[in-house]
Amino acid sequence: MRKVNVAKITAAVKKICIDTNYKVDPDIIKAFKTGLRREKSPVGREILRQLICNADIARRERIPICQDCGLAVVFVEIGQDVKLVGGGLRQAIEAGVRQGYQQGYLRKSVAKDPMIRVNTGDNTPAIIHTEIVTGDKLRVTVAPKGGGSENMSRLKMMKPADGEAGVKELVRETVREAGPNPCPPIVLGVGIGGNFEMCAILAKKALLRKLGKPNQDKRLAKLEQDLLRIANDSGVGPQGAGGTVTCIGVAVESRPCHIASMPVAVNVNCHVSRHGSKII
Amino acid sequence: MAINKPVRITTPLSNVDVQKLKVGMPVLISGVLYSARDSAHKRLVELLDKGKKLPIDVKGQIIYYMGPSPPPPGRPIGSAGPTTSYRMDPYAPRLMAIGLKGMIGKGTRSDEVKAAIKKYKSVYFAAIGGAGALISKCIIKCDVVAYDDLGPEAIRRLEVRELPAVVAGDMYGGDIYEIGVKRYRKK
Ligand code: SF4
Repeated sequence: MRKVNVAKITAAVKKICIDTNYKVDPDIIKAFKTGLRREKSPVGREILRQLICNADIARRERIPICQDCGLAVVFVEIGQDVKLVGGGLRQAIEAGVRQGYQQGYLRKSVAKDPMIRVNTGDNTPAIIHTEIVTGDKLRVTVAPKGGGSENMSRLKMMKPADGEAGVKELVRETVREAGPNPCPPIVLGVGIGGNFEMCAILAKKALLRKLGKPNQDKRLAKLEQDLLRIANDSGVGPQGAGGTVTCIGVAVESRPCHIASMPVAVNVNCHVSRHGSKII
Repeated sequence: MAINKPVRITTPLSNVDVQKLKVGMPVLISGVLYSARDSAHKRLVELLDKGKKLPIDVKGQIIYYMGPSPPPPGRPIGSAGPTTSYRMDPYAPRLMAIGLKGMIGKGTRSDEVKAAIKKYKSVYFAAIGGAGALISKCIIKCDVVAYDDLGPEAIRRLEVRELPAVVAGDMYGGDIYEIGVKRYRKK
């Protein structure tokens, strides 16, 4: 057994919360620049220019990229040969989020009760997904997720007969109806298969993939390309003001499911698309 | 829609100011704005229901749908981009009825809001969602003026200089989200 002190997890979570909120992923900036060449709408191009400028100001002047600094979604893969010492895992993660959001001047956006709506004041609790894997390492991933784009996400229990065409239709509908609300250009994570909760987790995990990296399965990589085209044909454009660059990346994850079902989840992310990992 | 040179506007806005603003026009807004989001709107409308006075005078003013991140040392405010406007749709017509002239947010509005914009000669601007750092640089002063207990959702009085936005809904019924998307949609 390899001993890992949970204080290391706290430190990693804190650092990723802060870093991802101040530094736009270089792949996203690259996508803005490519988009600038592809975008047909002048208003759309102006918006992309301002987003590039925003990323620059955020990094240079230490102002968060977006005021919605997100709900902290944390994935932890724990090697089965790791023994955690020094405290509880959940407490360690929450401490990292609390410290990151307080010391990083990040906005706290958690309501204590979904119906009473009082702010918890420190951005906890986080959403935590843990998984036991082989080995003696531990991987922490934090993905602060904005509310505007999360609200436009969807889950549908489809019929097996709906097949690939059904997935395409769902993505088409989701992007069109979301329009300007998720702050396009967007990134889409699509989870297909599993069951009700698993397809949503798959969709969320798909958003963690490096932007533009295709699925290793050729058929799914082709589906990602098709879905990207479908999203861009929507005409929604940057900020929904009309244009040709609506989406800058689609990642699909798929897994086996019940013979009677075809669950599909579309997790919409905005251009801020924050995520970072650390192996401990 | 070609990009024209941005029109400079200064708050408070009069009917004459609003008449000149048409969908798609880029603007640079200077002057005083008030920020308010969901919870603050709920409280304002509850006061109106009870016939009480509001903590801010909205006449001729612009409300910015925004809840900032905390100010880092040495700055008046943190990141300060717009939040999604449709959540304020149930409240916005009530405020326009008592003189609110403009709103800044992002995203589509309801038919009721669009009708109220026409009726009360008001205007809806869209700022860039997710450009909170860039917009922060246009805010020179920020004071909480009501509902401090709401944290990021408190009402703030903001002094802004050349805050970039675009007219997204005008008093003639124009809606950038309909016009723009129609133009680029395939099938
Ligand atoms: S959807 Fe993203 S870019 Fe838009 S306000 Fe929320 S976090 Fe910011």
